Amino acid sequence: MHLITCPWCGTRDQAEFTYRGDATLTRPDPASANAPEAFFEFSYQRTNPMGWHSEWWHHTGGCRQWVKVVRNTLTHEIAATGAAHDVLKVPAR
Amino acid sequence: MDTTPRYSGLRIFREALRGHQGWERAWRDPAPKASYDVVIIGGGGHGLASAYYLARDHGIANVAVIEKSAIGLGNVGRNTTIVRSNYLYPENHHFYEKSLQLWEGLEQDLNFNVMMSQRGVLNLFHSDSQRDAAARRGNAMRLSGIDAELLDRHGVARYAPLVDMDNARFPVYGGLLQNRGGTARHDAVAWGFARGADRHGVDIIQHCEVTGIRREGGRVTGVETSRGFISARKIAIAVAGHSSHVAAMAGLRLPIESHKLQAFVSEGLKPMIDGVITFGAGHFYISQSDKGGLVFGGDIDRYNSYARRGSLPIVEDVMSEGIAMVPALSRVRVLRQWAGIMDMSMDGSPIIGKTPVGGLYLNGGWCYGGFKAIPGSGWCFAYTIAKDEPHPLNAALSLDRFRDGRMIDEKGAGPAPWAH
Repeated sequence: MHLITCPWCGTRDQAEFTYRGDATLTRPDPASANAPEAFFEFSYQRTNPMGWHSEWWHHTGGCRQWVKVVRNTLTHEIAATGAAHDVLKVPAR
Repeated sequence: MDTTPRYSGLRIFREALRGHQGWERAWRDPAPKASYDVVIIGGGGHGLASAYYLARDHGIANVAVIEKSAIGLGNVGRNTTIVRSNYLYPENHHFYEKSLQLWEGLEQDLNFNVMMSQRGVLNLFHSDSQRDAAARRGNAMRLSGIDAELLDRHGVARYAPLVDMDNARFPVYGGLLQNRGGTARHDAVAWGFARGADRHGVDIIQHCEVTGIRREGGRVTGVETSRGFISARKIAIAVAGHSSHVAAMAGLRLPIESHKLQAFVSEGLKPMIDGVITFGAGHFYISQSDKGGLVFGGDIDRYNSYARRGSLPIVEDVMSEGIAMVPALSRVRVLRQWAGIMDMSMDGSPIIGKTPVGGLYLNGGWCYGGFKAIPGSGWCFAYTIAKDEPHPLNAALSLDRFRDGRMIDEKGAGPAPWAH
């Protein structure tokens, strides 16, 4: 069970949020020379780390903003949350 | 040469008369040798079955199965034991049907009682469009020679009298029944394959963790383990749940996310659920074990996790769906709840095949469906490892289908692993 701190609404129950996976991926430029390979990596390949993971949670049951969360996939501890454009510090271990 | 005695009714009788002093170990506990032809990482159902068929069908017995923990403690002992082959797409249903056929003869093959019980699997539907989808899936199965039967409301009421047919929100319109589906004893499958592989000369090495995969010139040469380096010509990964973690040791990224799936068992009850019944207006499946406990589950927890413990929102979700389908469950007490880690693949279908690294093979991406696939998966994976090419039954389940755009997406959910 997670308590996620939304930058706009404060600390809320996980049930208010919808998960959307890895937040380290950036949509490639479709005009670039290696676009097919870049889109394959972007769409399908995941690092899927055991430990700290930057991920998207959509505050669907609240302000409907996208929240970036740094969460540990082994302990479920949350180290930081922020807005989509925030650069969040990922703990070393 | 296998000289260990077979299990039989006569032996049980004889052992009962002499205080059960004569039972031998079901499998040896060897120290790892310096080198093997094939090292299989992961002593779960898939790894053990692969080793068994490698030794039995392909004459490759210089094989080690390396398990971090003990046999039977991973996902093979954590699932809801359902066996079926009721898939829409031919790439899936031919493969799962092969697996179901192997299940049907597994006890004789392994000389081990895996308690295979073909009690039927019934998928309920609750609308006209769901009926169309069920009929389409059933027809696709029947065209491939797999049994499927479309039940109307009366058929469902006869088959599963405790189902609430007239739920105000989700009235039952009918169900798609696969009579040959059912359940098996999950631990027994692991033990049976472990014993079978061991009898064919395979070394099963427990409490030995793989920490690295050594490569030279694009080919594997062996594995680093907590019990030293073991050299191998071929290495096969069968660690679903942790595939990304192990594949990363060989420099690979996979189209997989790890999610946790919960399962539940109730107190023991008199027979009330015959067969396996699934709810079509959500995600809920239930059967009753031979001991009387109701075994059930629902959705994954829908966020990346390697922690084998479930969270409460899904508990609530599963219970409410169960009660919507079978109101009698509201008075039942849950005895235990646990979770296992699933490899959720990007199209909801598994991966069995070669990898870009020479001599390295991957078996993973099982999503929810790994248990029923164990014999078929082991059979196909053994073929792939032995011949260095996939069998026609698993050719479509390749790792490169994601790059090539040949997705096998039963649910049409797209590359959203938490949605499959």
